[in-house]
Amino acid sequence: MIRREAGLKMLKKLIHESPADQTEALLLTEDSSLARFTPTAIHQHVAERNWTLILRVALGKRIAVVTTNILQPSSLKTLMQKAISLAKNQPPNESFVSLPEPKPIPEINTFFNNIRRLTPMRKVKTIQEILSLVKEKGFSASGAFSHGEVELIVVNSLGVEAYQKFSDLFLHLIVQNGKGSGYASFISRDLDQLQIEPWVKTAVTKAQGGSPVQVEPGEYEVILEPEAVRELMVFLGYLGFHALAVQEGRSFFCNEFGKKMVHEKVTIYDDGLDPQGLQVPFDFEGVPKQKVIFFEGGVAKNVTYDSLTAGKEGRESTGHGLIPPNTEGPIPINLFMQGGDSHLEEMIRSVRRGIYVTRFHYTNVVEPMKTVITGMTRDGTFWIEEGEIKNPVKNLRFTESVLKALSRVKAVSQGRKICSSGSVYGRRFINGTVAPAIQADGFNFSGVSSL
Amino acid sequence: MKDLVENILNLARLKKVDYADVRIVRRQKEEIAVKNGEMEALTWDEDFGFGIRVLFQGAWGFACSSKVDKKEREKTFHRAWKISREGSRIQPKKISFPHAPPVVARYQTPISVNPFRVSPETKLKLLLEADAVIRRNKKVKISEAFLGAYQTEKTFASTEGSFVEQGIVECGAGISATVIEGGEIQVQSYPNSFRGNFATQGYEWVEELKIGSHGERIAEEAVQLLSAKPCPSGITTLILDGSQLALQVHESIGHPIELDRILGTEASYAGTSFLKPKRVDDFQFGSEKVNIVADATFPGGLGTSGFDDEGVKAQRVPIISRGKLVNLLTSRETAFLLGKESNGTMRADGWNRLPLIRMTNINLEPGEWTLEQMITGTEEGLFLSTNRSWSIDDQRINFQFGTEVGWEIKAGKLGGMVKNPTYTGITPQFWNSCDAVANRDHWQMWGTPNCGKGEPGQVAHVGHGTAPARFRNVRVGVK
Repeated sequence: MIRREAGLKMLKKLIHESPADQTEALLLTEDSSLARFTPTAIHQHVAERNWTLILRVALGKRIAVVTTNILQPSSLKTLMQKAISLAKNQPPNESFVSLPEPKPIPEINTFFNNIRRLTPMRKVKTIQEILSLVKEKGFSASGAFSHGEVELIVVNSLGVEAYQKFSDLFLHLIVQNGKGSGYASFISRDLDQLQIEPWVKTAVTKAQGGSPVQVEPGEYEVILEPEAVRELMVFLGYLGFHALAVQEGRSFFCNEFGKKMVHEKVTIYDDGLDPQGLQVPFDFEGVPKQKVIFFEGGVAKNVTYDSLTAGKEGRESTGHGLIPPNTEGPIPINLFMQGGDSHLEEMIRSVRRGIYVTRFHYTNVVEPMKTVITGMTRDGTFWIEEGEIKNPVKNLRFTESVLKALSRVKAVSQGRKICSSGSVYGRRFINGTVAPAIQADGFNFSGVSSL
Repeated sequence: MKDLVENILNLARLKKVDYADVRIVRRQKEEIAVKNGEMEALTWDEDFGFGIRVLFQGAWGFACSSKVDKKEREKTFHRAWKISREGSRIQPKKISFPHAPPVVARYQTPISVNPFRVSPETKLKLLLEADAVIRRNKKVKISEAFLGAYQTEKTFASTEGSFVEQGIVECGAGISATVIEGGEIQVQSYPNSFRGNFATQGYEWVEELKIGSHGERIAEEAVQLLSAKPCPSGITTLILDGSQLALQVHESIGHPIELDRILGTEASYAGTSFLKPKRVDDFQFGSEKVNIVADATFPGGLGTSGFDDEGVKAQRVPIISRGKLVNLLTSRETAFLLGKESNGTMRADGWNRLPLIRMTNINLEPGEWTLEQMITGTEEGLFLSTNRSWSIDDQRINFQFGTEVGWEIKAGKLGGMVKNPTYTGITPQFWNSCDAVANRDHWQMWGTPNCGKGEPGQVAHVGHGTAPARFRNVRVGVK
C-alpha cells in the first residue's frame, strides 16, 4: 500500500511536470490473495502485490494513454515523454472537451482492517472447515476464497485529487453430489459479515435433490434467484444503460426515454454510495458517484456518463468513468434492482408448473437491440410443481430477451442479495450488484444439456 | 537475469522445498483504435514483475510482485513458501510433481519486421485509411479499425536447473462496419470479428491482412443484412467458414480436453468437462473426418512458443485421430497422474498468474474437399461466417453460436443472405455429424486473443487452424 499522502504526492509531482494541456494520473495498488480448492487439495494458493500507473495526457484534443507498473523516477520520466510523443502524432478526438473539474467527494469507509486477519493459515483453516461441513453431508466441494486490499488514487491537472482504500472478500462454493450441484457465494468488504456454516448450508441444500430429470425446452414460469437476476441486469448495463450506447444509437433506450419498457414492478438504478452494495465514492476519473435511475416503475429514465460522453452533450459526468482508455462506454458497475413486496417462499408457492434457477453460466448477446441473450443454467436448477420445489432438472439453455423477461415479471422479492462473479481479469477492482429474486412468466428455454 | 533468479532459487533450496520455479516477465503492448474517423484510443502499456511457485511438503504456494529489488524478492519468496507450508499442514492428499531433466534454451518468435519499430503514425495512417473506406458507405453508423502489437520477454528457471528465455512477438489488426436501423444492429468484420486476426508474427502479418481493401465489401454486406431474410428455424445441413469453425473447435474441443478441467480444478469457475481420462482411446468424439492436433510449434500460430511455463518443449500432439479421442492437454503434475509426460501446455498470463493448462494451437486438420464441392453436394442448408456470439455449458456439452452473416444453400448453390443466424448442438453429436472438411487450400490459422480461464482470471492467446467443414442435421435459427 502506498497510502494517501505518498500516493497523492507522487501523482501531483507527475502532473506538475507534465507539458500537456491537461494530464490525469491514476494509480491502482493491489495486495491480494486467492486460494482455490477441490475435495482433496488446495491446488492453487496465490498472493500478489502490484502497482499500476495510468497516465492520460491531452494536447488540445489529442489524447494518449500510457500504463506502467515500473515506478522508478527515471521510468516515470520516460513514460511521460512516451505519452507526449504518442499524443503529438495523432489526429484530434473532436469528442473530447475536457478532463473533469474537481468536486467534493463523499467520505465513506470502504476498508475494514479485519481482512488483515486473513493470514494463509486462517484461510487454509476456513477452507478446511468448509470441506468438513460439506463432507459431513456426504458431498464434495470446490471453490475459491479471495481477499484483497486495493487503493485507487486519481489526480488531474484541473485539481481533482481523490484517494480511496478498499478491502474486499469473496468466496464461492460448488457442492457436488455426483449427480448435480449447488452453489453459494459471498462478497463483502467486511470479514465479520462472513458466517461459514449457514453459507455452506445454502449450497449443500441445493445439492440434496437426487438425480436431475430432463425437462423439455419451452416457455416456463420461472423463479430467478438474485445471482441469475444479476446476470440479466449486468447485460442491460453493458448493452444500453450508458451514454455511449445511446449516442451511437445502439442502446435499447434510443427513442424510448419516458416510455414504459418493462413491468412497473421493475426499478433498476446504479448507486455507488448505497451501503447495501460495494460502495465506491468516485469513479476512475475522480468524479463523485451520482445515483442514476435507469428504469423507474418500468419507465426508461436516464443513463450514466463519463467526462467524454458528458462533454458531447454539454453536461456533467455522473461519475461512471472506467479505467482509461475505455472504449466500451461508462458502463454502470454498482447496479441495484429495487426489492418488491413478496417473499421467496410465497413466490414458489404461487407457481403451478415452473423452473427455479440459481444462476446462469456463460451468457452472451444474440441480438443486442432486442436484448436477446443466451446462456445456461448451472448449480441448482429445479422443477416446481403445485407450489413446491420437486426435483433438480438437467441444466437448460435459455435464449430470451431481457426486456421481455422483465416485462413479464409477476413478483419481486423483498429480500435482496449482493452478488458478484468475483472475476478478476487484469487489475483487481471487485464490483457488486444488489438484486432480488424475481418471478416471471413465459421465460424461454431453448435447449437442454444432455449427452 | 541469471543472478536474480539464482538468488531466489537458492532461498528455495535452503528451505528444502520439493520444487520451485521463478518466472520474470516483461510485457509491452501498443494498441490503436480508430472509430468513425477519429482516434478512439492510442495506448502503450508496459508490465514487469516476477512470480515464484513453490512446492513444499506436497502443497503449492505462489507469490508475485511488481517490485523486483532484492528485499522484495526475498519477501515474495517467503510469502510463497509460507503459503505452501500452511497448505501442507492440512493437505489431505500430497501433490506429486515428477522430476524433469533441466532445460537450458532460448526461443525467439521469428519475425521480419518488429511491430514496435513501425511508427504509430504509420499504423494510424493504415487504420484511418481503412476506416475512411468503410465510411464511404453513408449507411454505416459505426466504422472501426484496430491494430495491436504485443511483446513478451520471459525468463523461466527452476530448482531442477532449467533456465529458459523466450521472446514472443504478436500482432494483428481488423476492421468492422456497423449499421443500425429500425431497432436492429448488423455488423460485418474483416478478417475476423472482435478486433481482427492475430498471430505470432511481425508487422508483416498486419500488411498481409490488407485491411483497407476489404472495407467497401464489409460495409456493403452490413447494409445488405438489414434487408436480408431472418435465419430460418429448423434442422438442416450447416457449412461453417474457417473463422467460425475456429471458435467451434475452441469451445467444444479445446476446453473439454484440458486435463485440469477434467480433474475438477476449474469446477468452481470455468467448469469441468464431459470427458473422463478413461475415455482416451475409447471415445468416438467425432466422425472419421475429424482430426485434431495440439500444435504449439506451428509457425505464426497465436499459441506458438518454444516452451511452456514449466520448461516443457513445445510439441505437436494428436488429440483426435479419425474421430477418436487419443490424447488430452496436460501439465507435468496432471500427466503424471495418468502415467504420462506433459505435452507442454502450462501457460500463465504474465508474471502475476500461476501457469494453467491452456490450449496452444488446437487445429482441425484439413480434409480433401473444396468449399465449392461441399456446397455443390448440399441439397439444402446454410453457410455461416464470422462469429458474433458464443455460449456453452460448464461441461462443454450444449453450445449455441451466432454468426454475423449466413447464406442459404439450395440445390447445391449459394442463395440469399440470411441475418442473425444461430445454431445449437450437443458437442459429440455435432462433431460426429461432420461429413466433410475442406482441403489445405482453404485452411488457415485464426488467433483467439481472449480465452478466459482461472481465478484470478487469466486471458490466453491461442490459435486454431481450420478449413470450412460441413455438418448434417444441425438445429439452426434457435428460438
